[in-house]
Amino acid sequence: MAEAARARPKPTPETQHFWDGTKAGELRLQRCDECAKSYFPPRPFCPGCGSRKVSVFKASGKGKLYSYVIHHRPAPGFTPPYSIAVVELDEGPRMMSNIVDCPQTPDALELDMPLEIKFEKLDEQITLPLFRPAKG
Amino acid sequence: MRRNQVAIVGAAETTELGVIPNMSQIQLHADAALNAIKDAGLKLSDIDGFATAVETPQQICHYLGITPTWVDGTSVGGCSFMLHVRHAAAAIEAGLCKTVLITHAESGKSNIGRTPRMIGADSLNGQFELPYGVTTPASMFPIPVLRFMKTHGITHEQLAMVAVVQREWAGKNPRATMKEPITVADVLNSRMIAYPLRLFQCCLVTDGGGALILTSADRAKDFPQKPVYILGTGESVETPMVSQMETFNSSRAFKVAGPLAFREAGITHKDVDHLMIYDAFAHLPLYGLGDLGFMPYQETGKFIADGNTRPGGKLPLNTNGGGLSYMHSGMYGMYALQESVRQMRGIAPAQVPDAKISVCHGVGGMFAASGTIIFTNEKS
Repeated sequence: MAEAARARPKPTPETQHFWDGTKAGELRLQRCDECAKSYFPPRPFCPGCGSRKVSVFKASGKGKLYSYVIHHRPAPGFTPPYSIAVVELDEGPRMMSNIVDCPQTPDALELDMPLEIKFEKLDEQITLPLFRPAKG
Repeated sequence: MRRNQVAIVGAAETTELGVIPNMSQIQLHADAALNAIKDAGLKLSDIDGFATAVETPQQICHYLGITPTWVDGTSVGGCSFMLHVRHAAAAIEAGLCKTVLITHAESGKSNIGRTPRMIGADSLNGQFELPYGVTTPASMFPIPVLRFMKTHGITHEQLAMVAVVQREWAGKNPRATMKEPITVADVLNSRMIAYPLRLFQCCLVTDGGGALILTSADRAKDFPQKPVYILGTGESVETPMVSQMETFNSSRAFKVAGPLAFREAGITHKDVDHLMIYDAFAHLPLYGLGDLGFMPYQETGKFIADGNTRPGGKLPLNTNGGGLSYMHSGMYGMYALQESVRQMRGIAPAQVPDAKISVCHGVGGMFAASGTIIFTNEKS
């Protein structure tokens, strides 16, 4: 089952900058120029105030573990058990990811533990943002 | 919406529940619909309003031979039928139709003639959730649980008690899929599905369906069944992406829909005799008790563990056994509504004595959507 590839995202015009960013080794978020809200997932307007004046910026790639499951069922591209996590980024927005480079156990995956981004290249087009325990 | 102006006058599930290998999904719709029509003492030609989810109204109307003047195809997951009840009540009050049929059916287990539900790779879910190995609801719906438990001090044993208590209710219900009593140890030793949730804390996968018939309260008194009035209603949606909920400590959709229904009904929590909270997974009753304002979140786990929701307890909850033990074809909201109607008619297998007000709270598409219907059997 691990031979089947994991689901591969297909960018849209509104999300292309995000996937261009991960390919270049950057986590790109957006911020509203009017109300200063940082947000995710990508869209060309602010979900807080509706303004179309928004900017893309490079995020720190740091965050903490907000919540997760350890999935024990088979999934294409994964060897169970594996974590499916939600990371709260230092800039505010949360995103789904996998926590890698650590045991996939409740003891190793402690809520609020600091995390840092690790880019996982799937192919020439797509690099996924994964997270690992922060060093130091 | 005005209170008690519309009533349920027909309610039925499919003839069989559980594993139904000899019926396609569309025929399960028809089976439930024909049972409800019979229950109401009507003919198909009496139906002039129709609502369903997943399938389109045109599919089911054509299959049944119905010519409606009002349709609703709201499809927001398992609570779609709560929203249909709310919309149908408004439509009847507005004079758009007189007699509404709402159907649900799913060949969830046998997978015969099932309408596929696909997530595109270029959707937001497809780009920002699917690549991380989410597959079934069991891989997504429990993602908020650990945060909820940490914030509110809920223990694994308390979460296990949700399944234990509901199995106790199921034991009183001949149509329940799982009836054998279980203990907290049984739950905590059952197979791990998605930590922190184990097999007995995840819903069943079954075949089945259900249908409801609504009409105005004025007409309802002439029907063969005891009318069940719609006292209050609420609905909302939040996000199709579980990762993007405002917080994991509560559900925004619950917190909008639930209190809206209570305000409309003009009741307080003390007035509630019977409660259904859609339990696709064991954590949902805890969210529901907190988000609907029954108690602080910190008390929800202890409230269930102390036996307050079990048979004979002060707040009977999920009295058919719930999605965990009764049945769960994929969109369980219809079965929660059916149990509320049975309780208000006084014919439930595990009947709550003298129950006059039933709150039925649904969730859909993980925490994407919510609908709340408050029923009463007394037209004030």
